[in-house]
Amino acid sequence: MGKSEISKNEWPLYEIFIRSKNGLEHRHAGSLHAADAEMAIENARDVYTRRQEGVSIWVVPSAEITATQSDEAGELFEPAADKVYRHPTFYDLPIELKHI
Amino acid sequence: MGDKIILEDKFQKRIDAGEKIEPKDWMPEKYRKTHIRQISQHAHSEIVGMLPEGNWITRAPSLRRKVGLLAKVQDEAGHGLYLYSAAETLGISRDQLFDQLHTGKAKYSSIFNYPTLSWADIGAIGWLVDGAAIINQVMLTRTSFGPYARAMVRICKEESFHQRQGYEIMLGLANGTPEQKEMAQDALNRFWWPSLMMFGPRDEDSPNTEQSVKWKIKRKTNDELRQQFIDITVPQAEYIGLTIPDPDLKWNEERGHYDFGEIDWDEFWTVVKGNGPCNKERLQARIDAWDEGSWVRDAAMSYAEKQANQIGKEKLAS
Repeated sequence: MGKSEISKNEWPLYEIFIRSKNGLEHRHAGSLHAADAEMAIENARDVYTRRQEGVSIWVVPSAEITATQSDEAGELFEPAADKVYRHPTFYDLPIELKHI
Repeated sequence: MGDKIILEDKFQKRIDAGEKIEPKDWMPEKYRKTHIRQISQHAHSEIVGMLPEGNWITRAPSLRRKVGLLAKVQDEAGHGLYLYSAAETLGISRDQLFDQLHTGKAKYSSIFNYPTLSWADIGAIGWLVDGAAIINQVMLTRTSFGPYARAMVRICKEESFHQRQGYEIMLGLANGTPEQKEMAQDALNRFWWPSLMMFGPRDEDSPNTEQSVKWKIKRKTNDELRQQFIDITVPQAEYIGLTIPDPDLKWNEERGHYDFGEIDWDEFWTVVKGNGPCNKERLQARIDAWDEGSWVRDAAMSYAEKQANQIGKEKLAS
């Protein structure tokens, strides 16, 4: 069966982000289908916070997310690999020095 | 062709180095297909698994048992959803996955094709079926495909309550009246062998195992997992004075494992092929739930569209 034939009325996919407690950031928990954002929040509450895992929920339509492609990962992220001078341990200081 | 071999070689090196594979990474077509099959089969098992237990929610013997069972069944629904989402990252839609289940193209765990005849069966399922599932799932938290491994971590955290609630039911019955103890023993008798079958065919009859181990989809073979389950479970049965229905079961000092009797593989294949006690009933219940829920899904979509249009009009007007 072709995809279009059976998924004509499939609910769109939402990505779910949960703040586990105040003071922490929202983190990606997973995704789920819902007819709209309000239903996505209601479903996320049931699917991802049955054991008090959250105090706040964000839902984002998956189709709205722009992501890097894995085949461009090298080009994007490898240039940082040889820049050790961006780390504090690159700089040699006398061991007896304190608070720096 | 040369390019493909290089890509496959690179892929295997990443796996060997313990790297996780994420959905948008290059992967061999067979790796993708194997995962869609395995993850969806796992998801379907969670969803169909709600049916035999749902059978007893209204007849749970106390409120304590009822809230526990309700929460467990709700968890199974959640586990199914985590897994469907993981499968969808590989480019198959939810509706396609359901379609595969409803047309019989995709399988679910055969254990759910056995009936739940007494309340003790709910205990046996939690203890044995969830126990066997946990052994498999703990292994899968280290599987090579990222979304599957993450779903498993979440599931494993929740699953341990399932097994404990099951064992507590068995413990209560085993310490109850002679009739109650007999009921517990009867449930163990019926669920023991099908639980051992949950780990799949013997290694020598499991042609996919070698590739799955190489790709770190599986970290242990069917026989290794089955042995692990038996070694863990036998003392738990002894503790509550129940007898494992296997006359050949014996501790083997030399191996450091229990030896056990021959599994009835004819029964295994009969149930896998659709002729178990409840195959037709389970599938029909799923199809009915899907078909009868269709108007709700459509109505929700229409409402969402109407709301979106309304907001659009208001924006234009202001």
